Amino acid sequence: MSENFKVIDNYLMVRMPEEIDHHKSSYISENADKFIVREQISNVVFDFEDTKFMDSSGIGIILGRYKKIACFGGKVFAIHTDNRIRHLFMISGLHKIVEIMD
Amino acid sequence: MKNEMKMEFDAISANEAFARVAVAAFVSELDPTLEEISDIKTAVSEAVTNAVIHGYDGLEGGKVNIRCSIDQDVLHVEVMDKGKGIDDIEKAMEPLFTTKPELNRSGMGFPFMEAFMDDLEVLSVPGEGTTVIMKKKIGCIPWIGDEE
Repeated sequence: MSENFKVIDNYLMVRMPEEIDHHKSSYISENADKFIVREQISNVVFDFEDTKFMDSSGIGIILGRYKKIACFGGKVFAIHTDNRIRHLFMISGLHKIVEIMD
Repeated sequence: MKNEMKMEFDAISANEAFARVAVAAFVSELDPTLEEISDIKTAVSEAVTNAVIHGYDGLEGGKVNIRCSIDQDVLHVEVMDKGKGIDDIEKAMEPLFTTKPELNRSGMGFPFMEAFMDDLEVLSVPGEGTTVIMKKKIGCIPWIGDEE
């Protein structure tokens, strides 16, 4: 499953699963953290191309990673977000800390 | 139209997907839009996740009950657990408040339920359990379209 995590320079690319919920979230968070520490990652890019469902667990994943890298000047990006995911970011205020790229 | 269903399942995280898909399938006779289905799935997922990680503290052995009914064009969903209950419901419902930040919880569970359903009520007795009651009217938007 580590093909969902790829390091390019000091960016960690995380390919998010089809369904993001509490059941899936610890796997994503734990693996992302391993890369962040081991490869001294400063920025994380979450790719939502495959994602068809997300609940607040997805917000928790992004917020948790942001807290880990923000103090070192790192940034969090989101790509391939659909209207639904952008709406979830808006409600939770996450759009203020995540850069949404198209 | 009236219809009702009840189900009981183990309070484990693997059942969160099962629960939201089952409720979404139940409501399909009302011909909801894709957006309405996503709203319902998100709200049910939040309520069941709360039961699993907060109600039963992630411990196995607990059960979650869901009762769904359709009355005309309104969906009622009740998600019940017999877990530890909530001491301060008002505090628990505040956006970004969480008792489990170490589990990467965002504190957005109740706010998402509120945002995606039309009505949300939380009943809880510490030591006895929690019941979340949600309602959503289905198909308001196409009805306006038909009028024109």
